[in-house]
Formats: sequence, C-alpha cells, structure tokens
Amino acid sequence: MWMNRLAKHLLRILIVVLLGGFLGATLVRLAPGFGVDERELDARLSEGSIQALRKARENERHLWHFYTRFLANLCRGDLGTSRSLGRPVAELLSDRLPVTFRSVGSGLIIAWSLGLALALPAAGLKSSAYEVFSTVLSGVFLCLPAAVLALLFLFIDGPSPLAIGLVVFPRVFRYVRNVLLDARALPHIITAKAKGIGGFRVLWWHILPMAVPQILALAGVSVSLAFGASIPVEVICDSPGIGQLAWQAALGRDLPLLVNLTILVTVITLTANLSSDLAISAFGAEQL
Amino acid sequence: MKVLRIISLGVLGLVFLASLLADVVAPAPYSKQYREAPNAPPSRQFPLGTDELGRDRFSRLLYGSRVSLLLAPAAALLSTLGAAVIGGTAGYWGKWWERMAVTLTDLFLSLPWLFLLLTVRALLPLNVSPLASVVVTFSLLGLLGWASSARVVRAGARSLRSSDFVLQARAGGCLKRRIFFVQILPNLKPVLSAQFWISVPAFILAEANLGLLGLGVAEPLPSWGNLLRELENYSAVRSNPWLLAPLFLLVAVVSCFQILLSGEESFQ
Repeated sequence: MWMNRLAKHLLRILIVVLLGGFLGATLVRLAPGFGVDERELDARLSEGSIQALRKARENERHLWHFYTRFLANLCRGDLGTSRSLGRPVAELLSDRLPVTFRSVGSGLIIAWSLGLALALPAAGLKSSAYEVFSTVLSGVFLCLPAAVLALLFLFIDGPSPLAIGLVVFPRVFRYVRNVLLDARALPHIITAKAKGIGGFRVLWWHILPMAVPQILALAGVSVSLAFGASIPVEVICDSPGIGQLAWQAALGRDLPLLVNLTILVTVITLTANLSSDLAISAFGAEQL
Repeated sequence: MKVLRIISLGVLGLVFLASLLADVVAPAPYSKQYREAPNAPPSRQFPLGTDELGRDRFSRLLYGSRVSLLLAPAAALLSTLGAAVIGGTAGYWGKWWERMAVTLTDLFLSLPWLFLLLTVRALLPLNVSPLASVVVTFSLLGLLGWASSARVVRAGARSLRSSDFVLQARAGGCLKRRIFFVQILPNLKPVLSAQFWISVPAFILAEANLGLLGLGVAEPLPSWGNLLRELENYSAVRSNPWLLAPLFLLVAVVSCFQILLSGEESFQ
C-alpha cells in the first residue's frame, strides 16, 4: 500500500518534471531573441566563421532536439548557463538555495506556530472577543501584499523569515480554525461535551485526532505559499536567495535560469506534498 | 456581522463609483505634470500632494483604483471561465478527458504561482506600452489562476453528473453537449460565482506584488501596484505619511472583499 502510494507520487513528480521541462524548453525556444549570437556582429569574423557559428546552433532550432539535449544535460547535472549573470545555473543554485531554505523553513515554523497557537484556543474557547481578535489579526495580514510586509520589515530592520511567516500564517490560521470548528460540530463531540468532559480533553482526545489529517494536507500547500512569498521578501529585503534570483532573471529576461528555478521549486513543492500525503497515511487517515 | 457586510458593500460601492467617475472627480489627468510643484504637500489643489514629477497623487490614486478594480474582476472572469470549461467538462464528461484535465490542473497547482508568473512575464518585452502592460499583467493573472477554481468546479460537475434531473435528461435522449450547457452549467453558477469573488482580491494583491517588483502595469499609467512603489523610500514615508494612502485604500478594499467572502472557504 505504502510502496504503491510512494511509487504513484514519484511517477507524478517525474511526469510533472518532464512536462514542466518540455513547457520550459518550449518557452526558451520560442522566446524572442532566441538563437541570436552576439559574436555574429563581430566585424573581424569571416563569412565562413559566421556560417560555422550558425551551423553549431542548427540543432537548437528544432524543439524536440533542443528538449532532448536539455533533458540529457539535466541528467548530467548541467542546468545550462545564466544569460544575464554569465554563470552556470547549478553554481548559482548551490550558492542561493541554502539562503532560501533557511528563510522559508524559518518562515514556515513561524507561520505554523502562530497559526496553531491562535487556532487551537479558537476551537476550545467560546469567546466572541477572542474570535474577533484572532479574525482581525489574521485578516490584517491576509489583506497586505507580501511585498508591503517585506517593506515594513526592511524599515524596522526585522528578520525576513518573519515576513514570510506572516504571509503564510493567516492562511494556516483560517484553515486550521475552520477544520477544528467543523470537527467540533460532529455529533460524538457534542455528546462528549454534553456528558461533561472538559474542553481541553475534548480538544486533545476527540477534535485534534479528527482534524490532524486535514491539517497535514495543508502542510504541502504552505510550502508552495512560502516559496511564492520568498520572491518579494528576498527582493525587497535584499536577501540573496532564489526568490531574488528569479526576480533578477525576470528583469534580465533570462529564461533558461527562470525555467530551471521554476522546475526546482515545483519539485520541492511536490516533494512536500508527497511527505504530507505519506504523513496522512501514517496517521491512518483512511480509517477515519 | 450583517452590519459589517453592509458597511463593506457600501465602502466597495463608493470606491468603485469614485474610480469609475475618475474623469469627473479627479482634479487633474493622471499624467499631467505640475513642473512648478514637485513633491508638494497636501493642499486644496492637490489633496494628497504631488509626486516627484509633479503629478497629482489623488488623481493618480483614483485612476489607479480604476485600473485595479476593473481589471482584477476581468482577470477573475477569465480564470473563472477557464475553470468552468476545464473543470466543468472534466467533471461532466469524465473518462480520459477528466484524467487529462486533472493532470493539467495538478501541474498548474504544483507550479508555484509567482514563479510561473515571472517566467511567463519574462517572455514578453519589459518595455511594452502602458496599455499593453495592463493587458499583459491581468491576462497573465487570469490565464494562470484558473487551476484551484477548476478543481472545485470539477467536484461540483461530478456531483451534478449523477443527479436525478441529469439522468432523466439523458434517459430522454438529450444530447450530452445540450445537457452540459442547459442543465450542468446553470447549476454550477453558485460555485462559479463564489470562485469569481474569491479570485478578485487575490488578483488585486498579485498585481500589487508584481507592481512593487516593477513587473506590473507600466508608468505613466497608475495602478495600486506601481503607486505603492513610493513606499520604498522610507524617509519620505516618515515625513509624508499621506504616501500611505494607496496602501490604506488597498487594505480597505481587500478587507471589504474578505468580509463579504467570510462565509466562503477562501483558502487559495
């Protein structure tokens, strides 16, 4: 069962990478300016040399050849060279990825800690004042663009992972709160409360076990959200991660770099989804 | 809660109306430069002062609101139409078409939205005309934002597929295409409408993010995204707090949408 599920997910990741790679290769191939070599403008080159340069690029003109070469290089770990920065993409990623992993990881920890800390009492307490407080607090952050939050953190010299955390936190809070409130309305929970079981015990023993699989399902999505938030946060807070790299690549119209970045983040997102799915299976969600 | 919703509706209506009537309400055209009064403080002539090029901020805010508030719903309409076609047909037709649509939806949901947006935006020239930049920005938002809605619409269409009235129509010899357009689509209207309204604030925020990163609507055409770029100058914001006006308006409008949608599950 587990192996089947794992194999299915790995196959899905492979299909997405192949499809994403193909789409990416198509984008790069069809981008305006593709195949133009500045060296051809060099007046010192003879006609023969210019023809030789053109012949060398002949293979790249056919999309399928271009894609198979792209894949073959990908398998060898060669992700190409960034046009705008003039450095190998693999080298850029190895420099920048740890920075983003640190900020996204810390941001996710902050988002989940804050979200759960606010949502758990919301399910246990029946205080309308707390309901208003938590809804307004999460609502404020939900209505602010990630880039504005990043600006705020830049001005107060705050840590950038906290900005990522505050972008993701309201989504976590609202989803977890709704899941817990739905679980609280189930008949056996109402019966447990009617029999006089304490609020904490009901929450811990009856509501949470029902809600955990759905909450785990959100874990994978939150990784995607955090990576999305990392772009404006890293750009504005001048943090040298892959979010900033993606922005620089977009401004420099460096498609090979952008395509590689998008595929990489997609694989990370899919792996996070796979992990949360396996965690749900481990928790026995299917029996629930 | 009901009072809050009425207030939100009133605020949204007022902002929509003011932005629609920008030509009448705004003291000056959005690109007119008062070269003798750059960086002017608020006054009777310039209610929110002028920017460094001497353009009236209040007028730019009104015109910018028009761009953001009219085009975000247009992008939401585009994405909802995409979701209706892909999700609706997948849920109703089923079989290989559904499998294909689900794979495509999963692919789009797996690709991080902002990364994808940057990639596709980078394909297009950065120095496009302001009008073209508006069309490009909001079309991209609409064309790339359909996936999560499609999943919800597909679930709705699947449940309708086995409903009594659809079975009866099929038993009566009604064509599949006719059933889809006459029976399924009208019954999907509440789901589609909810997805539309959920998408509007999400697209407003996405445009604001793109604008702040310099990849949104091009100058001199104002939008909330490029108006917020003035906030990058911290010392100016501290001494001129009226620079925060676009941010307050954006937060107020998105909050009103959130309050109106509070009954819906709005996790995107």
